[in-house]
Amino acid sequence: MINRTVKGVEEALEGVKSDMTLMVGGFGLSGIPENSIAQLVKSGVKNLTCISNNAGVDDFGLGLLLQGKQIKKMISSYVGENDEFERQMLSGELEVDLIPQGTLAERCRAAQSGIPAFFTPAGYGTEVAEGKEMRNFKGKPHILEHAFNADFAFVKAWKGDEAGNLIFKGTARNFNPVMCGAATITVAEVEELVPAGELDPNEIHIPGIFVKRIFQGEKYEKRIEQRTVRKRE
Amino acid sequence: MLDKIGIAKRIAQEVKNGYYVNLGIGIPTLVANYVPDGMEVEFQSENGVLGMGAFPFEGEEDADVINAGKQTITTLPGASFFDSATSFGMIRGQHVDLTILGAMEVAENGDIANWKIPGKMVKGMGGAMDLVASAENIIVAMMHTNRAGASKLLRKCSLPLTGVNCINKVVTNLAVLEVTDTGFKLLERAPGVSIEEIKNATEGNLIIDGEIPEMNI
Repeated sequence: MINRTVKGVEEALEGVKSDMTLMVGGFGLSGIPENSIAQLVKSGVKNLTCISNNAGVDDFGLGLLLQGKQIKKMISSYVGENDEFERQMLSGELEVDLIPQGTLAERCRAAQSGIPAFFTPAGYGTEVAEGKEMRNFKGKPHILEHAFNADFAFVKAWKGDEAGNLIFKGTARNFNPVMCGAATITVAEVEELVPAGELDPNEIHIPGIFVKRIFQGEKYEKRIEQRTVRKRE
Repeated sequence: MLDKIGIAKRIAQEVKNGYYVNLGIGIPTLVANYVPDGMEVEFQSENGVLGMGAFPFEGEEDADVINAGKQTITTLPGASFFDSATSFGMIRGQHVDLTILGAMEVAENGDIANWKIPGKMVKGMGGAMDLVASAENIIVAMMHTNRAGASKLLRKCSLPLTGVNCINKVVTNLAVLEVTDTGFKLLERAPGVSIEEIKNATEGNLIIDGEIPEMNI
């Protein structure tokens, strides 16, 4: 067994510097690496480029890094629900690259899997396609999209073991698996870290080879963005 | 004239037994409530779940189980969770039978705009561009006109496009229309709505062929 554990969030973030490109897992506030984000805020690193489907809300998730003006550029598919984000974008303080969600996921997976680029139909005929190479397949236009290039990937899983193997829960899985191994260093934080051998190899979602550092998060708030319920009859 | 629930009810009639369906945010989400009991249908949410059920009972919300609108949901027997690349593999690979989404504008050639108002609204496209570029069966749920009364069914979209030549059908508060090579073909009128009213509310080319029945909802 190759042990991937680090002592805690401080060791996990060793080497993160200003001007780096970071992948950050999660969809909305679900499955975000809460502890790593808190440590990024604390570290004060600046001029970050963040690849993440969303930008959090004003006071949670990546919104915390926006509050401190630590992000120079966001690469996302959807950034509603965040007033500070909108303000920084409209004032030109924040650079924003909006790309289709499936393309975002695939550009992560391509980086993970050693595929430099791929063709997708998403965005054909729209401003997303501007300046990109185009080719027809089966009579349908596709655009060339490239794998991401990132320094760190921060992901969050439900359970993990010392070998870095990960299991996700529910829709908190989202972008986390495709970001594993998609950056130079992948840092996984988990709710529960167990010794190697305790997780059933049949149930591993992401093998530890894609994860460089793993630690158990100190606490998880797991905030709900839209609490929707129905009445008991 | 229909309200949002009426539009959802009419679209629910387009859902067939055995369909995997992706529902967008807004009116499309309501469609799930009006699919007949006993019909075998699975709802996909692009953040990574197939087999979505109703909202949870109070106290049973799980931050790890949400839909694409970030709302807490439940799952039904047979449900599955998956990552974002797999989710869009389902969509791009045309494994999803029906896509229902909202729009700000639809053009007579099937173009759709629903993600950006330059200088005003910059929320992003989310999964909409992937959906409209790949899905074969797309129904748009929308109001026929904006608040100022201007048509949203146009000759040409004025807003930045989400996809080109991709919409098959539009269900509005006034009508059901099919997008054809020559324009919007009027299929049904909403209860109490005249052909004249639909004509006045449609800027794009409107094709009226024979008797136009009233919707049955």
